Amino acid sequence: MRLLTHNMLSSNIKGVANGFPLRIVAEKVIEKPVEMNHDFLKNMFAKLDWKAFVDASRSLGYVELPDEADASMLESSEFLNKFHHALLELHLEEGALVCPETGRKFPVNKGIPNMLLHEDEV
Amino acid sequence: MGGQSFDSGSAINHSRMPSRIAQIRKVCSHPEVYDPCDDSFALVDALLADRSNLLEHEPKICMEIGCGSGYVITSLALMLGKESPGSFYIATDVNPDAVATTQKTLQAHEVDAEVVTCDIASGLEHRLAGMVDVMVVNPPYVPTPEDEVGGDGITAAWAGGIDGRTVIDRILPVADNLLSDKGWLYMVTLTTNNPSQICLKMKEWGYASRIIVQRSTEEESLHIIKFWRDFPSSRSLPRPGSGHLGVKGSLLSQLSRLQFWGSGSGSS
Repeated sequence: MRLLTHNMLSSNIKGVANGFPLRIVAEKVIEKPVEMNHDFLKNMFAKLDWKAFVDASRSLGYVELPDEADASMLESSEFLNKFHHALLELHLEEGALVCPETGRKFPVNKGIPNMLLHEDEV
Repeated sequence: MGGQSFDSGSAINHSRMPSRIAQIRKVCSHPEVYDPCDDSFALVDALLADRSNLLEHEPKICMEIGCGSGYVITSLALMLGKESPGSFYIATDVNPDAVATTQKTLQAHEVDAEVVTCDIASGLEHRLAGMVDVMVVNPPYVPTPEDEVGGDGITAAWAGGIDGRTVIDRILPVADNLLSDKGWLYMVTLTTNNPSQICLKMKEWGYASRIIVQRSTEEESLHIIKFWRDFPSSRSLPRPGSGHLGVKGSLLSQLSRLQFWGSGSGSS
């Protein structure tokens, strides 16, 4: 699971008012290099929750991203490289996503988050 | 299983199109996962038939709901491939075995996509709302008793409840929520699902529709319908000159035919 996907996931348990962002418990993180696409990065930057993204990257052990970012930083290739790496090259392979309200853990195995709910959570 | 009959029906110029879809021998299999069959092939044929429009569309996020073996999402990623490098693919299935199988099929084709185990798009609906430019769905459309819907394992791949509409009717509002203003939805339906009624329902939500591929087998009559936002909705602004869709015909011009098809379904 990439951090772009993490940024799009929320806890969907019945009764949870704000299930975003899910806290990451990382047991295994892997890196897979992919080609950079500037347009895609610029497009996604506008849609990303930056704070959640930075916190998520740090929970995967990547500490190069600034606390705050604005669109002008996309002109910097140094920034773009870091942004690209954290968004698309880091993968949470094993671990869990934790609901910020209830503490319920959604497992991530072999890179696949499992967001299925139990019957009493729907 | 219907074999690899990619050449039937649709108007695809194969001579000019190298193989850009998933290879059956590389599609992974699992006893609890639906193997690619006529419906999957028809959906991929529809995407191929619309490929030049898809490339022009430059989708940022493509999504499949109910990815099964991974045949369709892999094919979509392959056919857009290097000509649409800025696309991100995400696939979901309620069956964990299907999601794992999709991941293996993607890897076997060296294709990159994210996979999530969830019910339709549960967990993604809040943050992914309005961001999906292309959505593909081969829903469980087979009419079954209601209590067979959504079971564990492979049953969830086909059990569709009354008229095969139970899961389709749950997917449509999710699709409406997730699709971007320029979003397109491609969905497999069966005559028994009453596609004309589906199109009318989607029209009320501001979608135009068109049948891309229509195919009859011994067992079933399938049509792949494409939906796109065509009218000002609560979220989208009017877009002058949005006749850029490359599609001929309209819902209305096809409706009489659809109603004819739907006439034998006996649905409410």
